[in-house]
Amino acid sequence: MTIFLQQLVNGLSLGSIFALVALGYTMVYGIIKLINFAHGDIYMVGAYIGYFVITGLHLGVVPAIIIAMAACALLGVVIEKIAYKPLRHASRITSLITAIGVSLFLEYTMQYFMGAGVRTMPDDVLLEGVLQIGGVSITYTQLMIFVIAVLLMLLLQFIVKKTKIGKAMRAVSTDPDAAQLMGINVNATISYTFAIGSALAGAAGVLVGLYYNSISPLMGMTPGLKAFIAAVFGGIGIIPGAMMGGVSIGVLETLVAGYGGSLYKDAVVYVILILILLIKPSGLLGKNEKEKV
Amino acid sequence: MKNWFTKNNIRWAVFTVLVYALFQYLISVNIINSYYQVVLYNIGINIVLALGLNLIIGYSGQFSLGHAGFMAIGAYCAGLVMLKVDGTVGFLAGIGFGIVMTALIALIIAIPTLRLRGDYLAIATLGFSEVIRIAITNMDDITGGAAGLNNIPKITNFNWIFGVIVISLVLIVNFARSSHGRATASVREDEIAAESMGVNTTKYKTLAFVIGACLASVGGALYAGNFYTLTPGIFGFMKSVDILVIVVFGGMGSLSGSIVAAFLLGLINMFLNDYAELRMIIYSVLIIVIMVYRPNGLFGNKELNINAIFKRKGGKRS
Amino acid sequence: MNILTVKNLTKNFGGLCANSNVNLEVRPQELVGLIGPNGAGKTTLFNMLTGVYEPSEGEILFAPNGKEIKLNGRKPYKVTKLGIARTFQNIRLFTSLSVIDNVKIAMNKDVKSGVISSILRLPSHYKEEARMEREAMELLAIFHLDEKADELAGNLPYGEQRRLEIARALATKPKLLFLDEPAAGMNPQETAELTALIKEIKQRFQVSIVLIEHDMSLVMKLCERIYVLDYGKVIASGLPEEIRTNKRVIEAYLGEEV
Repeated sequence: MTIFLQQLVNGLSLGSIFALVALGYTMVYGIIKLINFAHGDIYMVGAYIGYFVITGLHLGVVPAIIIAMAACALLGVVIEKIAYKPLRHASRITSLITAIGVSLFLEYTMQYFMGAGVRTMPDDVLLEGVLQIGGVSITYTQLMIFVIAVLLMLLLQFIVKKTKIGKAMRAVSTDPDAAQLMGINVNATISYTFAIGSALAGAAGVLVGLYYNSISPLMGMTPGLKAFIAAVFGGIGIIPGAMMGGVSIGVLETLVAGYGGSLYKDAVVYVILILILLIKPSGLLGKNEKEKV
Repeated sequence: MKNWFTKNNIRWAVFTVLVYALFQYLISVNIINSYYQVVLYNIGINIVLALGLNLIIGYSGQFSLGHAGFMAIGAYCAGLVMLKVDGTVGFLAGIGFGIVMTALIALIIAIPTLRLRGDYLAIATLGFSEVIRIAITNMDDITGGAAGLNNIPKITNFNWIFGVIVISLVLIVNFARSSHGRATASVREDEIAAESMGVNTTKYKTLAFVIGACLASVGGALYAGNFYTLTPGIFGFMKSVDILVIVVFGGMGSLSGSIVAAFLLGLINMFLNDYAELRMIIYSVLIIVIMVYRPNGLFGNKELNINAIFKRKGGKRS
Repeated sequence: MNILTVKNLTKNFGGLCANSNVNLEVRPQELVGLIGPNGAGKTTLFNMLTGVYEPSEGEILFAPNGKEIKLNGRKPYKVTKLGIARTFQNIRLFTSLSVIDNVKIAMNKDVKSGVISSILRLPSHYKEEARMEREAMELLAIFHLDEKADELAGNLPYGEQRRLEIARALATKPKLLFLDEPAAGMNPQETAELTALIKEIKQRFQVSIVLIEHDMSLVMKLCERIYVLDYGKVIASGLPEEIRTNKRVIEAYLGEEV
């Protein structure tokens, strides 16, 4: 039972990072129906920016997160304008390949300038100390990751539900043409969506750098896919679904690894993906829609 | 029999022989030296893989991101047989074993998965492909695990690759230009209308998926017979992407487009090898530029017309 | 015996009831009209009868050869194989395929030569292809589309696309044909031509026809019997004259000329 609770705690903090990344996938998919394969690499860029703010500028974790979020938001908007906007009416497959191209570009440009090696965060930014609750230990880093992730998700909920931008985003994702006719600036709304999604990925990048204490140019690939799976799991296009999916995938992965199946932990995630697609393709919180004839 | 020897078919046959002779000549006088041969074989194997994927994506309209998984099954099946049985017999047996295994696994995957559409199908096939790769990695006793298989005899050569490409092309074209091929295309065009016209859409989607997967398997076998070693890492997501890029760049539904695209991308990669570190950056920018400026690929869904090469004369419906 | 008998057919989408307790009969070689205001559930009914939607309740009995077969739960392609064909309200042709291929695809269900025979080009393949080519051209000629056999279906003008959809449906050799608003978007002259064409089809192909239409003059001229749907229910049925004077129908159509 203690092992289970311990893995649950580990899973919750890892899962909250997945959830942040999954939110970006889900928001972008919701609005332009694109699986943004480059999203995992924006998270990688966020991790590097966080690393340089902490090691180069000697600032703390919170400023690092804010700067990484701002830079990633800008990067996301630029990528959308250059690579995705011209393809908005092309076939889905074409935009998907473009997204893969952008992903490769970010990975190998980073590798070219930073080298392929793994970098570690300096020890002094990591919060030392462990909270012991009945045999389960929670590190302060885990606690911090969890708290920051929850705060960001609350902020996102506020933006989506209460602000004008959020309303525009929901309108465009329901019907872009109708939204345009109602006077909503669709291009600007798509830019905001990319900015917000990428900012969340940037924050997740800094947090994961602290969690594993190592970053590398290819670190975004697998977590990117897993975050996407998390988004599908919860119901793609649905924001609470992405949060739930992220946490579920994180917990599941640590549980499998914790019970000795670490070789199969990736396979388990994919099997879950396949099962959810086969049983309820619209995801846990999604509605099944049938094509109108 | 007289149906086989139409003017069009004879022209294609002559063209094929000429292409074969040209490459054999270039190899014999060492213009295509051993380095270029490596590049050429790679292009050839990619063509086989791309033809299979084009059948799935371009003809039946099903978006698969899991081609590398089927290639892996074909490569490992062939590799394992070739380590036991020497020579051509082993290679042929390996190809056959790979096809049977791939067909079985593709069928098992297809039946539940092909109910999904578009992106969902893409992600599900990607998931299956990764599961195949992880399974191969973890079956240490049979596959050698992460270290892979070594000392596979080298049997793949130009004749094998050229032969496989020609046979695949003939089979795919014959399939496409038949009632079954038209039914497959109708699924791509409008699944609901196809179903309402009496087309068993599930059957034709599955058929295209399994045939495409089997071609990937043969491509994998050629790969196994060419590179001496196999490791699971070769068959990751990026391999599926490479093949997908060829198909989309050539034009979805265009077989000649896939061939031309495989050549162009293969040659580009060869030149980029000189820029070791910049290679992937340039390649990724190229992918983006190609997609933005040629979203329908080089050939669209059109084919190279043999009559246009021989003579400027419009062909009648055949 | 009726060729089609529909008993208490009901379709619910979530809480919404699209059709409730629909009873309907079609006799052999009969031309039946199905009318009703927008959203009355006409197309939903077609979708249930052709297997696209599964009914929530009720029975669909189809008797192509004098023996009743229950259609509930059968997939659309199986329903088509039994002898029911349809057209769509929003034309659904295979737009990037040629006109003749559109028709040949509808003949696929009767093809006997297998995939292997096609791939290896055995004699049976050529025999089947020649037969299909001949039959498809004959069919296209009836619809005055034979000249355009090699054009892409998506490039045809609107009226010809509507005709091709009917030709394609007939290529499945149906006993019962559903036409979903065949005259939608046509001008008066095209509608008149279509009226004649539908009559000719009924004679030549010996089919029963059920058509949904908003053009009242066409319905009154063509149909032998009419069913009126409103809010998913049959509110009236009978001969054209009876429907014309039916009080409930006039109420349902209030503001529209009947």
